[in-house]
Amino acid sequence: MKSSDSDLRGTQDGTPNGSGAAAVLAAGIGCFALALLAIAADNSLSLKALLVFYKPTGVLSGVTTVAILVWLASWGVLERRWKKRTVALGRIAGVALALLCLSLLLTFPPIADLF
Amino acid sequence: MEFTTRGLWTLVHGMGFGALYLLASSGALVELYRRCRADTQASITSRDNLFLNVYLVTMAVLAWATVLTGTYMIYPWYRAVAPAGTAGLAAFPQMLLRSNPATAAWHSLGMEWKEHVGWLTPIATTMAAAVQIRYGRNLKNHPQLGAAVLGFVLVAFLAAGIAGFFGAMLDKHAPVEGGSMVRLAQGDSR
Repeated sequence: MKSSDSDLRGTQDGTPNGSGAAAVLAAGIGCFALALLAIAADNSLSLKALLVFYKPTGVLSGVTTVAILVWLASWGVLERRWKKRTVALGRIAGVALALLCLSLLLTFPPIADLF
Repeated sequence: MEFTTRGLWTLVHGMGFGALYLLASSGALVELYRRCRADTQASITSRDNLFLNVYLVTMAVLAWATVLTGTYMIYPWYRAVAPAGTAGLAAFPQMLLRSNPATAAWHSLGMEWKEHVGWLTPIATTMAAAVQIRYGRNLKNHPQLGAAVLGFVLVAFLAAGIAGFFGAMLDKHAPVEGGSMVRLAQGDSR
C-alpha cells in the first residue's frame, strides 16, 4: 500500500509509522492463517497428515506452528519494506482488525463446519 | 490435600498462566485506552512507559506459556485414546465427553473452538508489546496505531476469555487427571 497525503493523518510528528503498521498487519495475517489452516486441515486428509508435527498433539501442532511461521515471516518482510516509510495506517489497521475478527469467527466450529 | 501431576499442570495452565493473563488484560486495556486519549498524554512519564513495556511483555510471556502448556502438555492427556475394552473413561476426557450426548458438545464446540482461538492471544499480545516498545511515548503521535493496538488487545482478551471459559467447563465435566500424586497438606480425619 503506497502512502498518500491522507496517510500522514495517522502520524503527527512525521516519524514513520511503517514498523507499527508491519507489526499490526502481520499479526492479522498470522491469526487469519491459523484459522484458514485449521479449516483446510479439517477438510483434507492429506493436509491433516502433513500437519501432524508432534503426534501426541496431532494436527494442532502443525496448524499452530505453520501459522506462527507465516506470522513471523510476514512481519519480517513487511518490516523490511515499511520500516522507513509512512504508510496508509488507517486502511492497514482496518484490514488487520478485519482479519483478526474473521479469525475469531472462523475458529468457531459451527462457522468452520460450513466450509 | 492432593493433586495428580496432570491435575496440577492443568491448574498451572488455567488458574496460573491463563487466569493471570485475563486479570492483566483489564489493566492493559485501561492503560492503552488512556494513552489513546489526547488529553492524558502530558501526564505519561518515561517511568509509566517503562512500566507498560514490562507489563505487556509479561502478558505476552503469560499468553505463550498458556498456549504452549495447553497444547503440548494438557491436550495430549485430554485426547488420549483408551485401549480397547477399557471400562472407565475417567482418564480419557475427550472420549468421556463424546460418549454421552449430554456432554459431547463440550468437546465438539468447546474444545474445538478453544484449541484454536486461544492461539490468537499470544500473537496479538506479542504485537502489542512490540509496538509499545518500539514507539513508547511516541505512540501519541500515531493515534491510528494506538487504536489498532487497543483493538488487538481487546480481541485477544475476548479470545482468552472464550478459551478460559471452555477450559473451566471442560475441566468441570471431564477433568484431566492422572500421574503420580502430589500432596500439598495432610489434614486430620475424624
